[in-house]
Amino acid sequence: MRLRGRCTEENCDMVPTQIDRDEEREDCSGADSSPTRHRMAGSAMAFTFAAFCYMLTLVLCAALIFFVIWQIIAFDELGTDFKNPIDQSNPTRARERILNIERICNLLRRLVVPEYSIHGLFCLMFMCAAEWVTLGLNIPLLFYHLWRFLHRPADGSVVMYDPVSVMNADILNYCQKESWCKLGFYLLSFFYYLYRSVQIHNLLNSQMLD
Amino acid sequence: MSSPGYTVNYSRNSTLNGGSAPSHQNGPAQTYQSMHPPAGCYGAPPQQQSYPTIPAQSTPPNKAPLMNSAHSANYYQSNHQQQQQHLSQQHVAPSSYSAPLNSAPPSQPYPPSAPPPSNAHYNQQSFQQQQQQQQQHPPYATPGSYYTQQAYHAPPAAAQPFQQQQHPSLVPAPPGAPGAPLYPIVSYPSAPGISQYGTLSSSQSTSSLGVMPTHMGAPLHQYNSPPPATTTAVQSGYSVAPLNQQGPTVNGQGSTVHQHYDQSHQASLSYDTYSGVVHSGADPRPSGTQPTSVHSSPGHHQGVQYGYVANSGASSASATTSGPAAAPSSSSSEDDDDEEEEEEEEDEEAGGDTSSSSTGSASPVPNSYDSLEGGSYPDSMPPSNDMTNQVAPYDHYGYQNMQPAYQQGPAPATDSAPSLDPYGQPEYQQYSQPFPNMTQLSAALGGLSGVPELELEALSPVNLMQETSLLPPRPLEAPEPNLSADLKKVNCNPHTFRSTLSSIPQTQALLNKARLPLGLLLHPFRDLQQLPVITSNTIVRCRSCRTYINPFVTFLDQRRWKCNLCYRVNDVPDEFMYNPVTRSYGEPHKRPEVQNATVEFIASSDYMLRPPQPAAYLFVLDVSHNAVESGYLKYFCESLLDNMDKLPGDTRTRVGFLSFDSTIHFYNLQEGLSMPQMLVVSDIDDIFIPSHDSLMVNMKESKELVKDLLTSLPGMFSQSKETHSALGPALQAAFKLMSPTGGRITVFQTQLPTLGAGALLSREDPNQRSSSKGVQHLGPATDFYKKFALDCSGQQIGVDLFLLSSQYADLASLACMSKYSAGSIFYYPSFHHIQNPPQLEKFQRDLERYLSRKIGFEAVMRIRCTKGLSIHTFHGNFFVRSTDLLSLANVNPDSAFAVQMSIDDSLADSSLACFQAALLYTSCKGKRRIRVHTLCLPVVSQLSEVYAGADVQAITCLLANMAIDRAITSSLSDARDALTNAVVDMVSAYKSNVSNLQQSGLVVPASMCLFPVYILALLKQKALRTGTCTRLDERVFAMCEFKTQPLQQLMRLVHPDLYRLDNMSDQGALHLNDSVVPQPPLLHLSSERLSRDGAFLMDCGNVFYFWIGKNCNEMFIRDVLGCPNYAAIPQNMSHIPELETPLSERVRAFLDWLQDNRAFCSTIHVLKDEASSKATFFQYLVEDSSDSDSSLSQFLEQIQQQMSK
Repeated sequence: MRLRGRCTEENCDMVPTQIDRDEEREDCSGADSSPTRHRMAGSAMAFTFAAFCYMLTLVLCAALIFFVIWQIIAFDELGTDFKNPIDQSNPTRARERILNIERICNLLRRLVVPEYSIHGLFCLMFMCAAEWVTLGLNIPLLFYHLWRFLHRPADGSVVMYDPVSVMNADILNYCQKESWCKLGFYLLSFFYYLYRSVQIHNLLNSQMLD
Repeated sequence: MSSPGYTVNYSRNSTLNGGSAPSHQNGPAQTYQSMHPPAGCYGAPPQQQSYPTIPAQSTPPNKAPLMNSAHSANYYQSNHQQQQQHLSQQHVAPSSYSAPLNSAPPSQPYPPSAPPPSNAHYNQQSFQQQQQQQQQHPPYATPGSYYTQQAYHAPPAAAQPFQQQQHPSLVPAPPGAPGAPLYPIVSYPSAPGISQYGTLSSSQSTSSLGVMPTHMGAPLHQYNSPPPATTTAVQSGYSVAPLNQQGPTVNGQGSTVHQHYDQSHQASLSYDTYSGVVHSGADPRPSGTQPTSVHSSPGHHQGVQYGYVANSGASSASATTSGPAAAPSSSSSEDDDDEEEEEEEEDEEAGGDTSSSSTGSASPVPNSYDSLEGGSYPDSMPPSNDMTNQVAPYDHYGYQNMQPAYQQGPAPATDSAPSLDPYGQPEYQQYSQPFPNMTQLSAALGGLSGVPELELEALSPVNLMQETSLLPPRPLEAPEPNLSADLKKVNCNPHTFRSTLSSIPQTQALLNKARLPLGLLLHPFRDLQQLPVITSNTIVRCRSCRTYINPFVTFLDQRRWKCNLCYRVNDVPDEFMYNPVTRSYGEPHKRPEVQNATVEFIASSDYMLRPPQPAAYLFVLDVSHNAVESGYLKYFCESLLDNMDKLPGDTRTRVGFLSFDSTIHFYNLQEGLSMPQMLVVSDIDDIFIPSHDSLMVNMKESKELVKDLLTSLPGMFSQSKETHSALGPALQAAFKLMSPTGGRITVFQTQLPTLGAGALLSREDPNQRSSSKGVQHLGPATDFYKKFALDCSGQQIGVDLFLLSSQYADLASLACMSKYSAGSIFYYPSFHHIQNPPQLEKFQRDLERYLSRKIGFEAVMRIRCTKGLSIHTFHGNFFVRSTDLLSLANVNPDSAFAVQMSIDDSLADSSLACFQAALLYTSCKGKRRIRVHTLCLPVVSQLSEVYAGADVQAITCLLANMAIDRAITSSLSDARDALTNAVVDMVSAYKSNVSNLQQSGLVVPASMCLFPVYILALLKQKALRTGTCTRLDERVFAMCEFKTQPLQQLMRLVHPDLYRLDNMSDQGALHLNDSVVPQPPLLHLSSERLSRDGAFLMDCGNVFYFWIGKNCNEMFIRDVLGCPNYAAIPQNMSHIPELETPLSERVRAFLDWLQDNRAFCSTIHVLKDEASSKATFFQYLVEDSSDSDSSLSQFLEQIQQQMSK
C-alpha cells in the first residue's frame, strides 16, 4: 500500500479510475523492490495516459461509426424518391418530399459539428499523449474536415448539406462516397485503437512484470 | 422562308446603366441616414439580422479547370471519377407500370363514384361552367363535369357527320354513326382500367358519360349491354374514334395556329410541319365518296397487311374495314361549318394559351386528324413552308418511316431481324454503316479522311493567331448531329433541346480526353408555334424506365417496341395500335407520338391526386416611401388593368393583392362589397391572415372591385412617409394566403428589407466595385429567403421578383426566393418613372409580357437519358427533388435549364444516345399536361468526331453556368481562371490528340474557332468581370440571368451581335409577308470594325445600341432618325421614328425582325460618337483591350503561353 500511496501522490490529479484499477492489479501481481517500481511507475504514467486516450477514443469512435452509418442511411433515403412515378409527379406529394429533404438535411447538419469536434478531440488527445503515429494517421482527416467546414455556404446555414443543392447527383454521390470512406476509416481506426490499447496494456503489464 | 428561329430570344431585364452609379438619389437614403447614422445608408440596426453571417473563407486557390476529368469541378474537385454507376432511371420501380391502374388512392379528393368534386369551390365552378355550356349547347349539358370543352365538343361533332355527308364541297363518306358499328367495340378492351379513369374527376369520360348515351346510344347499345359501363369503355377505347370524338386525339391545330401566329410568321421551325394543314384542309382533295380514295388506300392495305401480321383476327378485320372508312372521314370533316364552330371553341380554350396547342378532345379532333393527315401530303402544303425538320409524310408505303427506329442500334437489329421479315427493307441492313467506317479511322490523320463533308468542314484546323475574321456572316446555328436524314428530320428542335456535344463520346475517358463539358441545354416550355397535342387514355411508356414512347424507339414487330433509353422490350398497347392520323389500325409507328420529337399529352387522372389547381396570382407590392418615389405603382396598376383579361386562366382564376411598408396591408375584395376594404396588420413579428376567404378572390366575380382597387391604389400611398420595408413578414403573409391553392406570387420590391424576419444589411462596399481582387457577398446573407422558397416550392407556389431599386438591395439574398421556387427575377437598376424613361419603358413592356405569358403550375420535369449516361448537376431556377427530377412550382415559357452529364458506362453497344425531358404541369385551364421532348444524338468513338460535333455556343453557356456556381461557392478569380483553363485545355487536348499539323500558334477545329472569343467575352461580361466598376446587384443579376436565360438570349448577352446598318444591301435579304428584311453580316466586336462614317447596331439581348458615327452619312441620319444632321440628334433618343423613306423602312424591318425573335422587348438607345456614350457602347467591344482586361490577341497569346508551360 505504500507503493500505491506514492502513486497517487505523484499523479493524483491526472490518473483516472480505470488506470487505478490497472495498477491495483499490477500491485497484486508485482512484488518488486520499491526503487525499480518507482522508475517503472513514472514511465507507466505516460503509458497510462495514452491507454486512457485509446480507451476513450474507442468509445467515441464507436459513436462516430454510428454517426456515419446514420449518414449513409440518410443519403440513401435522400436518393430514393417515391417508388411510384405517378406519386413522384404528384403535387401533393411534392410537399411531403420537400419537407423530408429539409428534415434530413437539418439532421445531417446537426451532426456535422459533433462529428468534427469529436474527431478534433481525438487529434488533441493523441497530441497530448505524444502518440505521433496515430496523430499522423488522423491528421489528413482533420485537415479534410477543416477544409470542408471552411467551404460551407456563406449564408449562415450551419454547414453543408444544403437542401436546395444536395439532390444534385454529383453532390449526393460525393456525400455518399465521403461517408462510406469515413465509415471505413473509422472502422479501421476503431480496430487500430483497440489494438493499440491492448498493446499498451500488455506493454505495461510486461514492464510491470520485469 | 429562311428566317432563323422563332420565339426563342427573350430579353428580360435590361441592365442599362452599365456600371454607372445611380443616376439619382431617392429620398429614403437620406432619411435612413438621419435615423441610423452608424448603419450607413441601409439603416437596419445590426441586431435585426437574425442569421449570423459567416463570411466565406478564402480558400487555397484552386486552379483546376472547370472541366476537370469528371466535369464536376464546380463543386468538389476530388474523386468523381470512380463515380458509381448511377442510373437514376432505374430507381423507378420497374413494376410501377401497373400502378396507375390500381392506385386510385383512398385519399383521393374526388370520390370515384361522384364526379362532381366535393370541394365547394370546384363545385361552384363546375356549375358555372355547366351553365355556360348550357347556353352554348343546351342539349348537351352534362352534369358533373367541370371541363366544359370536352363535354360539349363531343356531341356536335357526333351529330354532324350526317350533315357532312350532304355537304357538297367536301369529300368522302363519313365514318360518323354509320361507321361506328363497324368497329367491334368489344375488341378494344380498355374497359377495366379505363372505367376507372372514366369515373375519375377530370375529363372526357365523365363528361361524356352523360352525353354519349343520349346521342349515340343506338349503336352502342347494340353492342353492349350495361349502358353506363359501356359508354365509359367506349369512350376510352378506340371504338368511338371513328365517330371523331374520342380516343387518342391529336390536335395539330392547323387552323387556330394560323390565326395566332400568322403575323409573326417566323418560319424556319421544325414543327412547322403542320402549318400547311389549313391549306391542305381547304384544298380540294381528290377524294371521292368512295371509301377507297387515292390517299387512303395505302393505309387501307397496310391495315390489312399488318393487321394480319399482328395476328389479331377480330381487330385486323375491323382495321381493314375501318381504315377506308376512317380515312375519308377525316377529310370530310373539314367542313366549313364544322371549322367555324371549332374555332369559336378553340378561341375559348386557347385564347389565353399562347401556344399553338389547344386541348379539347372532342370537336377539334377531326380537324386535327385532318391537319395531321393534311400535313402528310407534301403536295398540298404551301411551297413557302420551310420544313427543315419536317415529319416524314404519312402516306408512304410500308415501313419506310420506321427506318429511324430501326436504326436504333446494332443490338435490336440483330435480335429482331427474323421477326422483321415482312417489313424487311434494304436500308435496315445498313443501320450502322457510317459508324464502322469511322472506327477504322486513325485518330490523328484519319479523322479527316473518311468523315462526311460536314464534319470535315467542322474539323478543318483553324489557326487563331493568323485568322482575323472568325465570325460567320449570320448568327451561328446549332451544329447538325451526324444522323441519318430520317432521324434528323424528327429530331428535337435545337432551340428547345440541345447538347454541348452533338456527337456523344463513347466513354468517359474519351470525353475527358476531349476536355469539353458534356451537358444539355433545355428550354422546355418555350412558346411553340406547332405542337401536336395528344389525348389518350393510355400514355405509352416504357415499363421499366418510364420513358415516353418517342420517334427513336424500335418497333420489333407490330406488338412490341424496344425502349431506346433502357433497351427493354415493351408491349404495344391495343389502344396504340390504332392510328388516329390515318384512321387505321396496326400502324403504331405512324402515331404522332412516334412521328414527333416534341409532343404534348393531356394526362389522364392518374397523374393527379388532387384536382388541378386553379390559376392563382398574388401581387405583393412595396408601397414604402421609396417605392412611391420611384413611381412604379401607377404603371404596374395600369399595366395590370390593361392586361387583366390576358392573365392566363379560366373561370376559376383567383387573384389577390397585398401591400407592405412597415406594416402589411391586405385587401378584402369579396364580391358584394361596394369598394375594396383595406385590412392593416401591424404585428409583423407574428403575422396572421385577417380574413381567410375574401383576400384571394375569383377574378371574374370580383372584377369590378379589383379594378377599383387598381385605380385607387397609386393614390392611396402617395403621401406615405414610411421608409421601412417589412418584406419578410409580407412574404410570410403571402405564403399563408397562397398555400391552400398554390400559384404565383409576384413581389415588387424597391429597397433593402429592413424590418422583421429576413431583414438585410447593406453588404456592398462601393469602393470595392471595381476591385480586381475577389468580389465578396455573391452568396445570400441569410437563409430566410431560401427557406421561404422551399416552403413555397412545397406548396406549389412560385415567387417572381421585380426589383426596382436605385440602391443596393442585396439581390444575392433576395434572389433566393425565386431561385428555388422556380420563379423569375427582373431587375431594373435605378428605376425612376421620370428620371429614367428607358427603364420605365422596359418595365412596362416586360410587365405586359410577364402578365400575359403562358404559365404552368405544379410542374415537375424529369430528364432521362440512355443507359450509361447520367445527370449530375442542374442549373436553373428550380428545386431538385431527386437526382433526375426537378420540382417547378411554376413554369414559364422564358426560362431555360442546363444539365451537366457524365458517362458512367461505355456506350459502345449503341450507336445512338437519347435524352428525354418530360415536363408535367397543370395548364392555366386546369388540365394536367405532359410535354415531352426527345433528342437523339450519335455516339462516336473518335476524338476528331467529338470535336466535329462540338456546339461552341452550348459549351459556352454550360461553362458560364459552371463558372457562376464556382464564383459563388469559391471565388470569382477562381471561376475566371477555370474559364481560361477551359480554353487552354481544349486547345492543348486538340493539339496533342487530333491535329497532326505541327503548326505553331493556336490551332483549333473550325467548329470551336469561336471558343476563345466567347470565353473572352464571358470574362468581360458583367457577371464575371473584374476591374471594371460593377455594382454588386447588377453582377448578381447577370449571374441569375446566366442561369435562366435560353441559349440564344444568353449568347447575345455574352457576345452581342454587331451590324452595320448604313450600307445594308438586299443581298440575302429575307422576304417576310410583304416586307424585305435585310440581313447585314455580323461584325467582330472590335473598334477596328467601327468607322466614323457608319451607323452600327449592337444587339445586346435586352437592349439595342444604335451607334452613329461622327461622319455618318447625313442622308442616313435624315432618313432613319429624322434629324437634319449629326449634331441635331438628341442625347437620349430611344425610338426610331417611323419615316416613310425606304431606308427607314428597311432599318425598322430589320429591328422588328430582331425583336420578333425574343420574348421580352428590347429597348433602343441611339448613341452618338461622343465621350459620354463611349463607355456604354465600348464595354461591349470585347475583342478590344480595356483598362483591366486584355484584347483578343493578348488573350490568345496568354493561352499560348499557358499551353507551353
